[in-house]
Amino acid sequence: MEEHTLAHGAYWTVKEFFTYPNEYIYWTIHIVIYPYLTGLVAGAFVLSSMYHVFGKDELRPVAKFSLVFSLALLIMAPSPLLFHLTQPQRSINIMMTPHFYSAISAFTFVYLSYMAIVVFEIWFVFRPYIVKQAQERDGIVGLMYKVMTLGSYDVSEAALHLDHKIIKILATAGIPAAGLLHGYVGFIFGSVKTVPLWKTPLMPFIFLMSAVISGVAVCIVTYIAGMAFKKHFICFVPIKSMSKVLAYFLVIAFLLEGIDIVFHAYTAEEFWHIMSELLFKRFAFKMIVVQWILGMILPFILLVLPNLTMLRSFIAASLVLMGVFTMRWDVVIGGQSMSRSFAGFLEFNLPVFSKNIEIFKEGLIPALFLLAAPFFLLYIFNKVLPVFKDIFTEQECAEAEDKMSKRLF
Amino acid sequence: MVTRRDFIKAGLLTVAGMTIPISALEIFKPEALASLVESFSKKKRWAFVVDTTKCVGCGMCAKACKLENEIPFEAEVQRTWVERYIQTKDGEVIIDSPRGARYGFTSNDPYGKELKDEEVAKEFFVPKLCNQCEKPSCVQVCPAGATYKMEDGVVLVDRSWCIGCGYCVTNCPYFARFFNPVTNTADKCTFCYHRITKGKQTACIDACAFGVRKIGYLHDPNSEVFKIVSTQRVAVLKPEYGNEPHVFYIGLDHIVK
Ligand code: SF4
Ligand code: SF4
Repeated sequence: MEEHTLAHGAYWTVKEFFTYPNEYIYWTIHIVIYPYLTGLVAGAFVLSSMYHVFGKDELRPVAKFSLVFSLALLIMAPSPLLFHLTQPQRSINIMMTPHFYSAISAFTFVYLSYMAIVVFEIWFVFRPYIVKQAQERDGIVGLMYKVMTLGSYDVSEAALHLDHKIIKILATAGIPAAGLLHGYVGFIFGSVKTVPLWKTPLMPFIFLMSAVISGVAVCIVTYIAGMAFKKHFICFVPIKSMSKVLAYFLVIAFLLEGIDIVFHAYTAEEFWHIMSELLFKRFAFKMIVVQWILGMILPFILLVLPNLTMLRSFIAASLVLMGVFTMRWDVVIGGQSMSRSFAGFLEFNLPVFSKNIEIFKEGLIPALFLLAAPFFLLYIFNKVLPVFKDIFTEQECAEAEDKMSKRLF
Repeated sequence: MVTRRDFIKAGLLTVAGMTIPISALEIFKPEALASLVESFSKKKRWAFVVDTTKCVGCGMCAKACKLENEIPFEAEVQRTWVERYIQTKDGEVIIDSPRGARYGFTSNDPYGKELKDEEVAKEFFVPKLCNQCEKPSCVQVCPAGATYKMEDGVVLVDRSWCIGCGYCVTNCPYFARFFNPVTNTADKCTFCYHRITKGKQTACIDACAFGVRKIGYLHDPNSEVFKIVSTQRVAVLKPEYGNEPHVFYIGLDHIVK
């Protein structure tokens, strides 16, 4: 009986002052993780495109890695939604009767087309490797690679040349697609007209910029950790280049988020009294200290101070990751903490353990699982298509360093 | 042997071929477009009138609604509820709606704090329900098309199709929506569609002893709703959201949220 009288959301929401009787925090931790993971995808993909499209040669060692990593993230990106739906088994309905006015529905289609681009690109990038494995190995593994060749064994000079062209096209097409993908996630929030914190046309861009910084940061962290784990020689050049990208985008992300708040404060619409209480009191620590100071300003300083070291890059990138996660939290949970009546607050208490499956699945443990899953996927993918292998030797590293130091950007 | 070129071609064609029939389902549906751009339906359109000057806050409507529509009585969600607004003489506004008012307001104690009569400047009750908006933002965002608007203006939810994403719930400015604890899908007031289409009144109207609530066709000269809306000063809640609500209020005050 208990289940039937407990309204969805009532378990983890605490209300203060006047809120509507039906008002709860309906979008919980999974809706925090969902844009977080999607953002990582976009960022990681952009990084690999910088090598393929913009000819940033020093990024060669991370190009394959970030591409495959973005697939691992992409596969997991919509799964938080599945955990969050009250009727997950019906998620296919979105495809059966698509409703394109809905940003979530449109997202599904953008997501699928983007997925196709990434999968194709990976296939082309790894084709020579796959063909080689298919010819050399036998047994089940050999068969798997044979299937993966899709019957195309041509690795002649001319064929590879064509491949490169296609890769370039896919990588180029992937950049706007990645932008669209994450812009859409921003739009999902930005289009909820009842939440003043979300309802800004800047939302897609704010989300996009934080996506890029988190994606680059996660690549820095995972690459260093992965290489160290494999005990490979880690060339600092690609990391330095990524750190630069990270620093540039940090500035843009920070400005965009700042403009938004300044505008709200300056125009001071009817909800400003409640929003300012949220920003400067209830969420002050999370937003000002964790999200902005620790998550953006401090890493920026760490990255631009002279004589950057690998450790400093690693720390800065980790801080950025934490900052972006907090940003997602502040946006999603913070937005809903202001009652739509503008006269009260709702507080979210993350469920940890519960015997009730409905509550448990929206709690901490599934959330941690979802955050860890892409790394696990990457681990598996790496067994099939090694991404930590094609690395700079010490000599190549020195050459790349030399080349890079002669360039301005 | 299949060349790579052929393979890519076939792949792209399949993807394109699959998306076209799917997208055709909705993009070319004129009524869907019309529901977003056309205002004030000329057709028979249900509308509701709430006379806040008559409401005494007994909560019989909220109670009757729960029973009629089989929403678990103890669950803290309501298809219709009553809010109490108190403005004190020093200008403070206190709003409450304990348990959606399904047990009514029995004393002058918002949030358990007794208020003396002489402190109160004005006090009144505002019953609320889904506004069956002309441009419902809940319908707009539903990714599965599970929430839809009928020709006659009533917005309904297909419980067997709703995936439970909650997009509609967060996008209703009035928070008329919630998750039904039994079906685990989005739910809200339907204007008692099962009753009004059979010529009966809604359960809340039948339960109200003070004649606060009325339902009828908006363009039917014989309906009381039409007479009130076309001759008296009425207001709607939160018009700034552009939803064009069709619950009209008599005696609305600026402190109402
Ligand atoms: S009041 Fe809310 S739930 Fe009802 S039709 Fe309007 S937007 Fe939809
Ligand atoms: S909760 Fe159900 S009705 Fe509401 S938007 Fe999602 S699928 Fe549509």
